[in-house]
Amino acid sequence: MADNRSRPLSPHLTIWRWGPHMAVSILHRATGVVLSIVGLAILTWWLTAIAEGPQAYAAFNKAATHPVGLVVLIGLTWSFFQHLLSGIRHLVMDTGAGFELDTNKRFAILTIVGSVVLTAALWIYLLGARP
Amino acid sequence: MSLGESATPLGRVRGLGSAREGGEHWLTERVTSIALLLLGTWFIASLLLLPSLDPATLGEWLRAPSGAVPMALLIVVAFKHALDGMKVIVDDYVDDDGNRFAVNLVLLFLAVGGAALCLFALARIAFGGAA
Repeated sequence: MADNRSRPLSPHLTIWRWGPHMAVSILHRATGVVLSIVGLAILTWWLTAIAEGPQAYAAFNKAATHPVGLVVLIGLTWSFFQHLLSGIRHLVMDTGAGFELDTNKRFAILTIVGSVVLTAALWIYLLGARP
Repeated sequence: MSLGESATPLGRVRGLGSAREGGEHWLTERVTSIALLLLGTWFIASLLLLPSLDPATLGEWLRAPSGAVPMALLIVVAFKHALDGMKVIVDDYVDDDGNRFAVNLVLLFLAVGGAALCLFALARIAFGGAA
């Protein structure tokens, strides 16, 4: 099918002025891609390793507790919380609410603060405070 | 004046009007997101509440219906939500019709294959006896 060049185009990233709302919007997509590809690949590996038995699980555990593995897992946890919180923001906006400029900006900043706090709390518990 | 209403039959077959589909996809993405809000919270909370993350404890957790059933739901819904989300991104950024069809096909196979792998691993854990 030939594409019609006169069709309207949505403005690209280079045209919008950056702000929290815009950053959170693109972060929602980026974290979604990370969760879909890296997150689901790790979930598949993890479940397969548990099914295979102790030896396969030890290999998974070795990778997961390696510094690089930890960075990946912490990044993944942050992506999860960011996507979850900005997803809630999108569900609210789907109802037509929260579009006033300052409300929208505050909600966007809250998703970032929330995702960082939740990620930090989870990993402090997992690596340190866990009994 | 929208193109959909003013388009001639020829304009419509050339794809210049509304596609008249997509509402279902949009709604499914929201419904699965609400399901994942619950299942994702369950998953994180379960991992934090388990006494340890060694394979024996994880196997015991996933052998019980209270672990196996939500995990099966999480697998199916997460792969479906990931596929729907990735399709939105591919449809936005891959311009060429042929490439877009190919990328969407690859993503579909990856999602179905990944979900099948996860469900099979979960079945082995749940029904496989002593791991």
